[in-house]
Amino acid sequence: MTPPSTLPLGDPAPADGLLPAQAADGAAGRRFSLYAHIPFCAVRCGYCDFNTYTATELGGGASQAAYAATAVKEITFAARALDLSGVPARPMGTVFFGGGTPTLLPAGDLTAILAAAVDQWGLAADAEVTTEANPDSVTADSLRELADGGFTRVSFGMQSAVPHVLKVLDRTHNPQRVPQAVAWAREAGLNVSVDLIYGTPGESMADWETSVRAALSYEPDHISAYSLIVEEGTKLAAQIRRGQVPDIDDDDHAAKYELADALFAEAGLHWYEVSNWARTPADACRHNLAYWRGDDWWGVGPGAHSHVGGVRWWNVKHPTAYAGRLEQGLSPAAGRETLDPATRDVERIMLGSRLAEGLAVETLTPAGRAAVAGLIAAELVDPRAAFAGTLVLTLKGRLLGDAVTRALLD
Amino acid sequence: MSPKARTAPVPAATDPAIIRNFCIIAHIDHGKSTLADRMLQLTGVVEPRDMKAQYLDRMDIERERGITIKSQAVRIPWEVDGTAYCLNMIDTPGHVDFTYEVSRSLAACEGAILLVDAAQGIEAQTLANLYLAMENNLTIIPVLNKIDLPAAQPEKYAAELANLIGGKPEDVLKVSGKTGMGVEELLDQIVRELPAPVGNPDAPARAMIFDSVYDTYRGVVTYVRVVDGKLSPREKIQMMSTRATHELLEIGVSSPEPVPSKGLGVGEVGYLITGVKDVRQSKVGDTVTTFLKPAAESLGGYQDAKPMVFSGLYPLDGTDYPVLRDALEKLMLNDAALVYEPETSAALGFGFRVGFLGLLHLEITRERLEREYKLDLISTAPNVEYEVTLEDKKVIQVTNPSEYPTGKIAEVREPMVAATILAPNEFVGAIMELCQSRRGIMGGMDYLSEDRVEIRYRLPLAEIVFDFFDILKSKTRGYGSLDWKADGEQVADLVKVDIMLQGEQVDAFSAITHRDKAYAYGVMMTGKLRELIPRQQFEVPIQAAIGARIIARENIRAIRKDVLAKCYGGDISRKRKLLEKQKEGKKRMKMVGRVEVPQEAFIAALSSDDTSKDKSKK
Repeated sequence: MTPPSTLPLGDPAPADGLLPAQAADGAAGRRFSLYAHIPFCAVRCGYCDFNTYTATELGGGASQAAYAATAVKEITFAARALDLSGVPARPMGTVFFGGGTPTLLPAGDLTAILAAAVDQWGLAADAEVTTEANPDSVTADSLRELADGGFTRVSFGMQSAVPHVLKVLDRTHNPQRVPQAVAWAREAGLNVSVDLIYGTPGESMADWETSVRAALSYEPDHISAYSLIVEEGTKLAAQIRRGQVPDIDDDDHAAKYELADALFAEAGLHWYEVSNWARTPADACRHNLAYWRGDDWWGVGPGAHSHVGGVRWWNVKHPTAYAGRLEQGLSPAAGRETLDPATRDVERIMLGSRLAEGLAVETLTPAGRAAVAGLIAAELVDPRAAFAGTLVLTLKGRLLGDAVTRALLD
Repeated sequence: MSPKARTAPVPAATDPAIIRNFCIIAHIDHGKSTLADRMLQLTGVVEPRDMKAQYLDRMDIERERGITIKSQAVRIPWEVDGTAYCLNMIDTPGHVDFTYEVSRSLAACEGAILLVDAAQGIEAQTLANLYLAMENNLTIIPVLNKIDLPAAQPEKYAAELANLIGGKPEDVLKVSGKTGMGVEELLDQIVRELPAPVGNPDAPARAMIFDSVYDTYRGVVTYVRVVDGKLSPREKIQMMSTRATHELLEIGVSSPEPVPSKGLGVGEVGYLITGVKDVRQSKVGDTVTTFLKPAAESLGGYQDAKPMVFSGLYPLDGTDYPVLRDALEKLMLNDAALVYEPETSAALGFGFRVGFLGLLHLEITRERLEREYKLDLISTAPNVEYEVTLEDKKVIQVTNPSEYPTGKIAEVREPMVAATILAPNEFVGAIMELCQSRRGIMGGMDYLSEDRVEIRYRLPLAEIVFDFFDILKSKTRGYGSLDWKADGEQVADLVKVDIMLQGEQVDAFSAITHRDKAYAYGVMMTGKLRELIPRQQFEVPIQAAIGARIIARENIRAIRKDVLAKCYGGDISRKRKLLEKQKEGKKRMKMVGRVEVPQEAFIAALSSDDTSKDKSKK
């Protein structure tokens, strides 16, 4: 999904894109996924700090029209770099198109990018292929074209059903448009997810309940609900600093999370990750699970992140620089980190503890295991699961998930 | 008359008749060091190329704060009517905390320059030192400084000075240390008006120590004024208070750099080096005599320095404890008034309870520790020493609230001070209101001039150590000044207020207060802590209590959300780095029971600045 605007500090990445030896170790036994970043939006939203541009901002190989061809270049580069690094080609288990707004590109561009990747690596029989979509930027035809081209799932950026909340978020879609888009997707045979944002300045508890109930009324297979994060450098951050809109409130976020979790459960959607709910385990987003389980994936596109066997890297942010690197046959990576076993373990605990499937207690360090009793006493961890050997967060624990991670890593 | 003496009198062979010993009594900022600089220049003892501002203030802190902590004595030549004279200028500490040192400096002189800023008039400490000088029968030369300032009111303040010392306004000299105007006339006046020292050159040697300074290379340098007899190099000398003997390795005069001499005779001022390493072996006020021909009686006036204010000093980083211990040991070599002992605080770990002469002494010491030894320190709220008598008649001295006995208490006595406040008369009401609210008893009030008053109060020391001076300054728009000296003790209705976090007592926040003020302290401290302590995973009650009785309560609500909502592929590295940073931050937390308290909270809760702001708002 969407990479943040600020890239981490890491080591320089080599121009040939070759990976250190550890990337190839045991690769044959690991799953492989693809992420494709589409860095375009019709308008830039006030809260958004993602690496995205409006159509008129870019030209050349970075332009909207030329983008699919540029992305295919990186896919070709990726297949060769992995091969030369000794990482065997594996069929893709999941593919995810994120943005930006991927559906701003013609459906044919998206299916062409997908086809290029399938050419290189193949697609697993039961593969999940998702695209994010803005309810405004799809039609019955475009969704059918995506389904015909291999997509299995669409995730709609609904955010809210309340006009004044959408306005603060700078979202331009008409809330009535969402049920229509969901119906078209279903007709096309796609699985449907909707994204919600809670805790927007000015959103009342009743507003939030309206949005949750609206989302549930479309009977999606999957819902993601995120608290609004005000990132530095966004228009919203400036508005809050100037006192034009009220600041966000963590207590309000917590109350809204609890309300949503209760309403989702009532409607038969169950949490499988801190911010994600699915109708059945099979409806969970397997692409996101790949991130949290430490699988391998290649991220295509400006600012996209990749991970192969404990090597993480990220591409240059600006689409023009990105396109330029690929035109010269160079790796578009800006930097990378090669994680040592201890750091990989930190990530495993940090990510695994967010999942309903939980973490095996026996895989924790002695200090981490010693912290479990305290976490049970603080009602952050489910006692029954813990005594059966798995660490699973309670509702309170999900809201204090970072504190749990810190306790397990002490 | 010439600006310089052509032939400077030689130490050890100087007729007392041509010696003039004087000091300068002045308030901070009234320009004493600048005037001293001009005298050094005019008399030629410091070459222009070696001159720097505040030449005699050796420590950086002295220069920055514009105060003199340690005295210096300088021998300067000056010629009047063809006779070369020898002037000894003894620079006195300029702060209320060092009153005893000032009294010893005064005792080494026959005269004093009363130096007052022509734009501000006399201040309380200057007045107190002037009274001290007059009690010692010193000849006073009144001088108005900074007469070049546009805001100067020389007529008004000349009248005030004349009124105080019983002279005529037109006899008050007007100088500018900055431009040098009037400084030559002042030097002439010193020679003409001050009496020459009188002593018996044939009697056993007696010299009074008026300062004692530790020097890394030379050991302790002791500054003395010889009253009778003579001190010579290589002699064995004896300290009359302790009977300790030392070899006199070097003797000389400062002009202003040290110049060894063949000795020091009657009336002369100079330094001694004996090789001792600790100023406690060479105490201010003690009398030096010779071992072979000792004097029968000391010069008198000797007192041991008595700490008045106590504070716990703790390193922010617990592993710095040994550094703090070594640093205190070194500072002690140069500061006979500093006392300390190890102390443990449940909240702050290992540290020291340190006794000081007053708040400035505390601040300077703390600043020197931080600056010269690169320490980050937490200092607990300053405390005075209480004498607690239990019902079984046992008496306990308490300098730290955590030592306050829990058993049946028969009586608590607290130290008192006699305070003098000078201010323009329009502030009399505000000052009296402040003093009354601090449990003061008014002693009297006098008009120094038409519109300036001297107000005398007896106050508990505990009521003035924390923020009194800051508030006095703000209530008098900066014009009020304060002087105080110890004035016995009194029985008072005092209680210990404990502060508890989630039921755990936090010793660092406890305080001993008057019963009537316990509630206000409890409300203030619990409120402050509520702001300073971050929310935890559970609710944290903050309570103030006297014994088992809760007098104030605040609540820190439990944190409900502490999780990053989105954690996808691109967020992982960033999120891991944030975790690492949070773990670093946790190292700067002190655990009080289960509650994580940032060290910054201790500093902010205990800082007097915040309190004074709070109080001045009311």
